[in-house]
Amino acid sequence: MPYKNRVAVVGAGLTKFMRRALETSKELAFEGASAALEDAGLTIDDIDCVVSVTAPEAFDGVHMNGEYLADGAGAWGKPYMRTYVGGGSGVFGLVTGWYHIASGHFDTCLVVAEEKMSPALPHPQGCFNAIYDQFTERPLGVNLLWIFSLEMNRYMQTYGVPMETFARVAQKNKRNGLDHPSAQSGVAADLDIEDIMASEIMAWPVQRLMVSPVSDGGGAMVLVSERFARRLSKPPVWIEGVGWNLDTSYWTNRDLYYPRYVEKAARMAYEMAGISDPRRDIHIAEPYDPFAYKELHHLEGLMLADKGQAPKLLEQGFWDRDTETGIPASPSGGLLGVGNPIAAAGMMKCAEIYWQLQGEAGPRQVKREVRRGLAQAWGDLMQVGTVVVMGK
Amino acid sequence: MKEFRGTSLTDLALSGGGVLVTSWAVKADYHWDAGAAMSRYLDGFRDGKIWGVRCPECRRTMVPPRGFCELCFRPIDQWVELQDTGRINTFSISYVNWDASRRRTPEIPAVIEIDGASPGMSILHKMGEAGDTLEEIQARLRLGTPVQAVWKPRESREGSITDIEYFRPIG
Repeated sequence: MPYKNRVAVVGAGLTKFMRRALETSKELAFEGASAALEDAGLTIDDIDCVVSVTAPEAFDGVHMNGEYLADGAGAWGKPYMRTYVGGGSGVFGLVTGWYHIASGHFDTCLVVAEEKMSPALPHPQGCFNAIYDQFTERPLGVNLLWIFSLEMNRYMQTYGVPMETFARVAQKNKRNGLDHPSAQSGVAADLDIEDIMASEIMAWPVQRLMVSPVSDGGGAMVLVSERFARRLSKPPVWIEGVGWNLDTSYWTNRDLYYPRYVEKAARMAYEMAGISDPRRDIHIAEPYDPFAYKELHHLEGLMLADKGQAPKLLEQGFWDRDTETGIPASPSGGLLGVGNPIAAAGMMKCAEIYWQLQGEAGPRQVKREVRRGLAQAWGDLMQVGTVVVMGK
Repeated sequence: MKEFRGTSLTDLALSGGGVLVTSWAVKADYHWDAGAAMSRYLDGFRDGKIWGVRCPECRRTMVPPRGFCELCFRPIDQWVELQDTGRINTFSISYVNWDASRRRTPEIPAVIEIDGASPGMSILHKMGEAGDTLEEIQARLRLGTPVQAVWKPRESREGSITDIEYFRPIG
């Protein structure tokens, strides 16, 4: 191992996810950070350094939002940085925390995620218009949904995937979310395929019940060095691999049917973890699912399914939480079933893998034995992949 | 199941005045200098032309143009006039505006592969003359449908991507 320290996860915590929270963004950061410290049995005095993640500042309307959140993240008087890759930030926070400790410079790192989308009016979607190219795209009168609907149609028609399949992803994740204590009101639900198929067409082929909601929420995880982990009573979960990759921002020059940047990020993480056959060695996955098609798209990018095969595996129950031979995908409920406070949603996915590996996922605990799992997030202008592999 | 903290606000709590809210409106104006490559691209629209650039190393003919090749990481100065025709790479039928308000008649954003550029080289634009309802549009458009730019009258062009009003299906 070329790194100074092996890195362990020893605690995770979340807030509830809400359409609109009473708590300020600082308070959400504080509640998430405290919940993770409580879970680890540590206090802020045990923490050497802090990493925070939060997505576009336009949501909060606060410039240098990382600095604004610092007090709530427990960063006062400590080495602190905010790291940011759009929707990929939640998982990238864990990557950033990992290299703080892997470097040998720190023994403990608190990684805090916060997102408060509700302040932005008339709708937080408007904050995303500024991600489009200002010369060639914005003058057309863009909106965020376009990139998803364009990508979904390319993926769907490349493989001839029926709409029912995407509805089935939403059904699975929204049902899984019913067992998650953070699940946003009305987002987790037991729905019939017909109800999902009949939901409003927002930007065909994207329909309302196949989209994750606007959310406020927070979360955090505690990372420590092996030497520190040995002093704690609970056995740790190890960060075995990290990967991240960015594709070109000339997004109309790429073939959107396949997220090659996710594959590159996954290959980096698998190589570090010594994984040669991810379908054998990854036992549980939390792929990023802001839209129903994205879960399948990402499972293929993660090489947990051949190109175009994730929909067929879905029909066979391969990604179900109670599968005994497949790979449970989004057993947490994901963004579709729990909510999507962007950076905090990525953190929720990492936390789920941690709890599943610890056997602490309660009613969400998967049936099959799990020794290794991964969380993945995605963002920027459909171009970043972030992956963390954890094992016990 | 673990219990997590957080106080979800209801419309009732907000409208009843039980929660205090502070508001602020930001006014932010910007102007961007288009740079050498983009200026020539935008200027070409005034003449009803779509310009691309060609990298002498990887031999890709690219659109939108750029002053450097991001693959070979070298400068580009070779310009190629492209066609104003192409094929639909992907499209959407959108009923939602940027502020989440709804549209009665949908917009049809599309990624269009431009003829004369390398395979897969596309730009974002919108489709027109393709129907007004979901069913009409779905019947008219496919991935691969050939399309052509519909230009604004010359006197109202201003060196903008919107000098192309939309692309229309042909053939």
